Amino acid sequence: MGNGTSIGRVRGLGSAKSGAHHWIVQRFTAVGNLLLVLWLIFSILQMPGLDYESVVGWLSQPLVAVPMALMLVSIFWHLKLGLQVLIEDYVHDDGLKFVAIMALNFYAIGGAALGIFAIAKIAFTGGAAA
Amino acid sequence: MAISILHRITGDGLAIVGAMGLVWWLVAAATGAEAYATFLICATSPIGYVVMIGLTWAFFQHLLSGLRHFVLDMGAGYELQTNKTWSVLLPLLAIVITASIWLMIFAREI
Repeated sequence: MGNGTSIGRVRGLGSAKSGAHHWIVQRFTAVGNLLLVLWLIFSILQMPGLDYESVVGWLSQPLVAVPMALMLVSIFWHLKLGLQVLIEDYVHDDGLKFVAIMALNFYAIGGAALGIFAIAKIAFTGGAAA
Repeated sequence: MAISILHRITGDGLAIVGAMGLVWWLVAAATGAEAYATFLICATSPIGYVVMIGLTWAFFQHLLSGLRHFVLDMGAGYELQTNKTWSVLLPLLAIVITASIWLMIFAREI
């Protein structure tokens, strides 16, 4: 089964078993990160201050909350793909690799969920719950 | 080779420290004024500034070497001289952008 032979690699049976989709999604999310994180940096630089009221007021706007939520999806998806390659490159023990990839998935999905929930709470309550 | 290693290291740093910092900032803002104040105390401590400046540099280094990857993916930029020029220029550019951003921030605070 594709044990390092040329045809096996072409069929996507290398060490990661698949790759083209991973590769292209890493590029899509890279462009997403590029646009959205630059937007975040420029937005922060233009804000009068980063105190609690300013930040909550800023995050409660729909045109801020939505790009922020999209940014979290893009960032965590991209970092999940990137760290997965790191694990595949350096963790050779199958069991350890399984656990590491599982932990990575928990981190990526959990982190994104937490961040998006925080944005949603601010957007829907306007920070009034403070 | 150095630029490839730098791409991976900055990526890992952003993935762990950067993403956690971002989520902490958002969760603190969603939790309330007190939690946000705690975040601000940590973020504006000397270590906080070192981390934030480091993350800014890591982001731009990763962004620029990522764009270099896009060009290489298209099959361009493999000529020795071109390849070498960009691999020297990009890290310098990342430092210049990081310095400009933080000089802007510190200039405003004074």
